[in-house]
Amino acid sequence: MDPLLSGDVGLAEILIVLLKVVVAFAALLIGVMLMVWFERKLVADMQNRLGPNRAGPFGVLQTLADGIKLFFKEELSPQNADPFVYRLAPYLSLIPAFLVFAVVPIAGNFSGDNDGVVTMFGHETLMQVADPQIGILLVLAMSSVAVYGIMLAGWSSGSKYPLLGSVRATSQMVSYEAALGLSVATVLIVAGSLSTNLIVDGQAGGRWNLWMTGLVPFVVFLIAGTAELNRPPFDLVEAEQELVGGFHTEYTALRFAMFFLAEFMNTVTMSAIIVTLFFGGPSGPSFGLDGWFADYVLGFGYFFAKLLVFLFVFVWFRATLPRLRYDQLMDLGWKLLIPLALGWFLVVAAVKVAIDTTWNVAVVLGVAAAGLLLGGMLLKLAIRSGSEHRTDEFVGGDR
Amino acid sequence: MRVEMFTFLLAGLICLGGALGVVLFRNTVHNALSLVATLFGVAVLFIAQEAYFLAAVQVIVYAGAIVILFLFVIMLLGVDRADQMGVDPIVGQRTAAVVFGVAILGLSLVALLSGPEVVTGTPATTAALSSDIPDVNQIGEALFTDYVFAFEITAVLLTIAVVGAVVLARRSDGPVIDEDEFDGTALDALALEEPSDVGDPDQDTADGADPGSGADETDPDDLEEASR
Repeated sequence: MDPLLSGDVGLAEILIVLLKVVVAFAALLIGVMLMVWFERKLVADMQNRLGPNRAGPFGVLQTLADGIKLFFKEELSPQNADPFVYRLAPYLSLIPAFLVFAVVPIAGNFSGDNDGVVTMFGHETLMQVADPQIGILLVLAMSSVAVYGIMLAGWSSGSKYPLLGSVRATSQMVSYEAALGLSVATVLIVAGSLSTNLIVDGQAGGRWNLWMTGLVPFVVFLIAGTAELNRPPFDLVEAEQELVGGFHTEYTALRFAMFFLAEFMNTVTMSAIIVTLFFGGPSGPSFGLDGWFADYVLGFGYFFAKLLVFLFVFVWFRATLPRLRYDQLMDLGWKLLIPLALGWFLVVAAVKVAIDTTWNVAVVLGVAAAGLLLGGMLLKLAIRSGSEHRTDEFVGGDR
Repeated sequence: MRVEMFTFLLAGLICLGGALGVVLFRNTVHNALSLVATLFGVAVLFIAQEAYFLAAVQVIVYAGAIVILFLFVIMLLGVDRADQMGVDPIVGQRTAAVVFGVAILGLSLVALLSGPEVVTGTPATTAALSSDIPDVNQIGEALFTDYVFAFEITAVLLTIAVVGAVVLARRSDGPVIDEDEFDGTALDALALEEPSDVGDPDQDTADGADPGSGADETDPDDLEEASR
């Protein structure tokens, strides 16, 4: 719990919370603006082009120019659109993207017994907008709400390509949410708490969940997260060659800008969540420093450096990987990522129990690995025989 | 207290409004969206009762999966137009609905107005569980110690339901439209007249391919084309 809200809540506490909300909102918007520029510049570099270079130094104001242009364009709505849902959908996409960022700790000193608590205007608080008990479950809940924005946008446009795009998006996001949730569950077993503050605190001193959970959940989370964001190579949702522009084909002006904003905001937040879950968030060596420098500058510095790595990785994915076919996408999600995440979850749980009950960890690990292997082989056998069975039916029914 | 009252009234209003919307809207998608509003209202009420985990699960499972599934069916089957409301599938279902609805309302009112101890004999829980242990830990401990048998039985039930759904959904009749999904091993089972057909020099030269490399470099797509 945030120590700010543990006692009586007066005007000062409310003002501090408001300040945090406004700062987080503004920081996220500016971050998104820079992210769009970063992505365009980086993709341009990787494709041997210049990228935006007119507005401002190195074209850094290009996003602002595009935003202003979109702001002054005319709002069109298709004749067959469902007017209310058509207007609602962009907000359903944008608001969850904002809310997720509320639980991400972006600064604070986690070394020693500090627990990331900072002192702001004489009040102790955490450097995140909210630290609810359910912490990371809020992230999962918001990512499932975000599906509505895309789904309803496609449906309410009253046009076939957006509908196809949104049907693809929904099945993709719902499928990969399972893998995402299972890899998060492994982190939760190691951390022993849902609160993002406690998850980061448990990783202080270099005990990053990246290796505490054995690398596999991170890989699953990264792939499932990319699919959840509908970013390349999982961008079947808006595959230009097939669907014109996907679910937002019929959207113009500010409403389109909202989808665009939500997409990039989700990229930034997903990177922030990865950093929080697997890379210790704002924790890092404090070099014996204390006070505001360690709380704000060092903490935010560590967080931002780690964040930047994943923003780069997402752009890198986009520039280098070709798009998956729809059946490959579903195979990867259901036949590989979910069983892998589930199996790994069981192994980590077994090891955790072994440590708690002072069993021989090596024996437990061996048994668990053997079980995992056996389960994997059974699954492979089941998939193979299922596919052969279908082929038999195919032959019998068709000829 | 004022905050709690305000939260309760607002969330209650959203719940009721959503529930009315489910019944009254003509458009199926609007009905489903109203259901989402109700589910969110209930989630807020859970949070007001300090049942954070229930609130999160409410949103993730009901709003995030079940209603999405409803919408998916509505979109794919295109049942977004008003259905025929004139004919009842079950005879007398409207009368029965009214009777049972009024009966449940009456029962709830009696239980509510007659005080907290009349119905079950034990006092109703009216206050939030004041405990330092987070509710996630409490639920987890209860599920995996006292109620582990019920929990496992539920898991088995769900598995059976999934298997049943798969079995029911399997149909062997009708033409298969996703031929290209099968990989090489499956294609072998298709009893194509392979080597003689593919390795046939005439056909290969007709296709403009190199006759020498045609035999060993056949990928499934070539096999298929050759057999046609």
